[in-house]
Amino acid sequence: MSDTPLLQVNDLRKSYLSHGTVVQAVDGVSFRLGPGESLGIVGESGSGKSTTARMLVGLEAPDSGEILVQGRALDLDRSHREARLHQARALQIVFQDPYLSLDPRVTVGGAIDAVLKLHGTGDKSARRARTLELLGQVGLGEREAGVLPRRLSGGQRQRVAIARALAVEPRVLVLDEAVSALDVSVQAQVLNLLTDIRRSTGIGLVFVSHDLAVVRYVCDEALVMRRGEVVEHRPTADLLDSPEHPYTRLLLSAVPRPGWDPDEIGRLRREAEAS
Amino acid sequence: MSRLLEIESLSLRMPWLAKRPLLDGVTLGVDAGEVVGLVGESGSGKSLTARAVLRLLPQNAEVDGRITVGDTEVLGATKADVRELRRSTVSMVFQDPRAGINPIRRIGDFLTESLRLNHGWPKDKARTRALELLQAVGLPDPERHLRQFPHELSGGMLQRVMIAGALTVEPRLLLCDEPTTALDVTTQAEILSILGRLQREQGMGMLFITHDLDLAAAVCDRVYVMYAGRIVEQSPAQALFDRPRHPYTAGLLASTPGVDADHDRLVSIPGAPLSLLQNPPGCAFAPRCAYAQDACRAEQPDLVTEGDHAVRCIRSAALRDELRGLGRHDGGAA
Repeated sequence: MSDTPLLQVNDLRKSYLSHGTVVQAVDGVSFRLGPGESLGIVGESGSGKSTTARMLVGLEAPDSGEILVQGRALDLDRSHREARLHQARALQIVFQDPYLSLDPRVTVGGAIDAVLKLHGTGDKSARRARTLELLGQVGLGEREAGVLPRRLSGGQRQRVAIARALAVEPRVLVLDEAVSALDVSVQAQVLNLLTDIRRSTGIGLVFVSHDLAVVRYVCDEALVMRRGEVVEHRPTADLLDSPEHPYTRLLLSAVPRPGWDPDEIGRLRREAEAS
Repeated sequence: MSRLLEIESLSLRMPWLAKRPLLDGVTLGVDAGEVVGLVGESGSGKSLTARAVLRLLPQNAEVDGRITVGDTEVLGATKADVRELRRSTVSMVFQDPRAGINPIRRIGDFLTESLRLNHGWPKDKARTRALELLQAVGLPDPERHLRQFPHELSGGMLQRVMIAGALTVEPRLLLCDEPTTALDVTTQAEILSILGRLQREQGMGMLFITHDLDLAAAVCDRVYVMYAGRIVEQSPAQALFDRPRHPYTAGLLASTPGVDADHDRLVSIPGAPLSLLQNPPGCAFAPRCAYAQDACRAEQPDLVTEGDHAVRCIRSAALRDELRGLGRHDGGAA
């Protein structure tokens, strides 16, 4: 890792008021991400992993904490258009559901064109060329540029979402369960694509997922979140080969495999609750 | 073991919607006390197959074949017989528990309604049974849950209620359609532990639908793999994962990352599953298959049975060693 990381997150916190009680959704998350590195954020529903992802891209405002991109702190006051655009150029996100994240009335090319225009590429033919280049990067072509999202399969749509996120050349791509909704055979294509893009562009990946096997494949490091807190943060292979925290052990034991004993999980869960 | 469910050559067509049959010659069986997996990607026809067992068919669909549950032939049965089947023999658990329960009725109403209506039980007796069932599915406070509304329960808790609901009929056959897909992994494990225990205690047969190969390997005795409306492989669970014989099964195994092993690069299956508008003359998987030859594209291969294994691929014998290399036998998952 170089001295100035691509992304540094310091003590990010966020709480919500729910039925009159304060819920600490994210409780002091910190990490660093170098160029071309990939960090997994693992947890179950309610762990705060998605809230963390959303804060990174400015969809939620943190209560406190810092997000530094290449050493420079983001202005977390979202009322300035410039601050929002700056954050968008630094960090982009791809969501879980490719059926909801694209406007059904806008062609694939149009969706990418709008982003380029918003970020200041004025010349129409330059935008057109760049759109095709971006689609080419995710294995799509001119034919797909002209169609509406409904003509595309789930895997193709997710490629479009990735191409659109890459349009502004962000430093970091945040993927929030971005392959969970895809069929296994298509998921592998998208995972390989992400690995290729990371190697060729040096983009950093923050990969939010509940799927430990996928995280092992994609990420160098992973942090495990539970109830807003990071319970373990280590290189992925170490984390999964010799988990130290009882909760990590619980998550790992819950992954189905031959000879798997679901009855055992209850015992581990009680053990993790006690910790 | 006695055969509980027998599906023979089930085909389902909706020509106005799809150029290819949505189900094409599906044949499968479930014995009493057996857990049978039905694995495939979206659109492969696995849910349609399970729903057909309860005769929950799309309107105007052209259906062929036979489905026998016990002594009842489902497709030709009278409405009264199908109703009787649903209330006494076969139950189903769906993926999304919230889609299958009335949000403005209490859990107690949901659980006792069928007992009172279908079995004519008095209120107290139905309530006692509902309490027993909630206890059986591991819910902490049955008395309180009876008074609660669905929105007061988490997804995992509500799925337990749905399982309790499915068990009110004391089914001999339980159809589970991705019952844990929407749940967290630890909750999934608990639900499966409950289903496994109930299944063993009551000797139920279970048809377990999932897209998750590792889950199928973990919970099923036998597994059928579907692709584009057809069964392409059938095998005892362990053997399927150790020694896949169909290129599609092998491809699925190779493209699923394992939690115990490092991969340099996943072997992915190129292309996408067949859309409803595609109907190639030969093997449906041929357009994506690395081993396909002209003969594969020319004619639909038959499902060929050899011992306890069946496979629909003309090249299976020639590819045996190669496909075996893609299995899980040397993987970390032991």
